[in-house]
Order: sequence, then structure tokens, then C-alpha cells
Amino acid sequence: MSFLHHDVPLTWYLLLSAALFSLGVVGFLIKRNIITVFMSIELMLNAVNLSFVVFAYQWHEVKGQIFVFFVMMVAAAEAAVGLAIIIAVFRVRATLAVDRINLMKL
Amino acid sequence: MHLILFFLFAGFCLAGAINLLLQTHPINSALSLIVVMTSLAVLYLLLGAEFLAIAQIIVYAGAVMVLFTFVVMLLNAGREERTLGSRAAARVGFPAVVVLLAVLATIILRAQGLVSAHLGAGLTNDPNGSNLVVLSQVLFHELLLPFELTSVLILIAILGAVAIARADGSKVDGAERSAEK
Repeated sequence: MSFLHHDVPLTWYLLLSAALFSLGVVGFLIKRNIITVFMSIELMLNAVNLSFVVFAYQWHEVKGQIFVFFVMMVAAAEAAVGLAIIIAVFRVRATLAVDRINLMKL
Repeated sequence: MHLILFFLFAGFCLAGAINLLLQTHPINSALSLIVVMTSLAVLYLLLGAEFLAIAQIIVYAGAVMVLFTFVVMLLNAGREERTLGSRAAARVGFPAVVVLLAVLATIILRAQGLVSAHLGAGLTNDPNGSNLVVLSQVLFHELLLPFELTSVLILIAILGAVAIARADGSKVDGAERSAEK
């Protein structure tokens, strides 16, 4: 039953973090709905948070976890403001497709 | 046990992220993002970050994603349309992202001295102290000012969100004009 007591190398956690970040970049590039593009940004933030937790574990350093806490707070504030901007843009343009939102002028 | 849990929830994470890309309706993407965030909370738990696991579920899977689904339903967002721009982005973007992933994987695999994660181990191995105690001691003593500043940040963000999203007369006229076009 040595399989049950096997430890996981931190490399695998970091590779998972890199894969999630890359999937977030792909989503940011190929999605055409502004809300889904915003979700891809949240996915990238989460991937970076996983890296922070992994490195906090590696060096037994609590500051890494606190950094994740601050990133979460900033992401919550960013989501609130970003979604408000999306609502304002939708009110003016009546569309969510990023290809049709191509002017900064209202 | 650690290995099984890691593979299970890492699989959920990747499946959720891929599903986010494949779905065309934003509400389905939002639900798969909730799967990703909840699985990440379990991975934080495996790495001995209990506080962050709970905060991840409350802040991300709870508050932020409720906001997302609320906006998707409020704006009645439908299926996204495939346009010329998305095909060009896919053609240029995929090789660039493959290169990015390859570079990141090379750096990670060449890194020396990474330990193995052991279930039950955390920031402190002291039987009397917990990770939560260590974290709160640093957060509320050394980093008290940044912690208090985040509350100001959240307050400003709430005020800004209300100010931006508020409907006023000129913007409603603009919506009617663009609808006529």
C-alpha cells in the first residue's frame, strides 16, 4: 500500500499552475464574449495564486499565503469594477461581442 | 492518499478550464470556472493552507462568481458569435501559448531543490501551533496597515462600481441611438 502514502512533488503543482495559466491566456485570446474574456483573467489570477501557495509551502514562509490573500481582495475589487464597466458598455453599445466594441468613444 | 486527491482535483481543475474554453454560452463558462475554483480550494487544503482554502470558496467561488452569473443573467448574454477576429486570434494565439507553456514547463522541470508535498505538513511543524495562528500573527501585527488599506480599496471599488453602473439620462439616449443604427 505504498501508493497511498506517496508524496506529490511540488513540480506537479507548478506544472498544473502553468497549464491553468496557459488555458487562461488561450481563453483571453479566442473568446469573443467580454464576460468570458474577464473570466479567463480570473482563471489566470487563480493559477498564479496556486504558484504562491506552492512556494509558501516550499520555503515554509507565511508571507506567500498572505500575498494570496491580498491578491484575492484585489481580484474581488477588480471584478466589481470590471463588471460595472461591462454593464456601462452594454448600456451604450447593446452588445457584449468584443469585436463590436472597437471604439473608446461612446 | 495525497496522490489520489491531487490527481482527482487537478483533473477537475484542467477539465473545468478546458470546458470554460469550449462552452459558447457564458453561463456554462461561469459554472465551469466555479468547478476550477472549488478544486483549487481542495489543492490549497492539501498544501496546508486552510485559511486560503476557505477564503477561496467564500470570496472566489462565492462572491466573485455570484457577481459574474448575476451580470450574465442581467445582460441576458446569449451565445457568442464566431467572427473573423476570433479565427485570426486562434491561428496566432495557439502557437504562442504552446511556446509559453513549453518555456514555463522547462523552467519548472529544471528547477532544483523542490521538495515533495507531504499530507498534513504545513508552514509550521510545531504541534501546538497551527498554520492559522502563524498566518494571523504576521497578518495582524506586521502587515496590519496593508490589511486595513485593502478595506479602503474594497470601499472605493464598491463606490466606483455603483458610480459606473448607475444609469443616467445621457447614457440611456446613447443606447437608443446605437440600437437605431
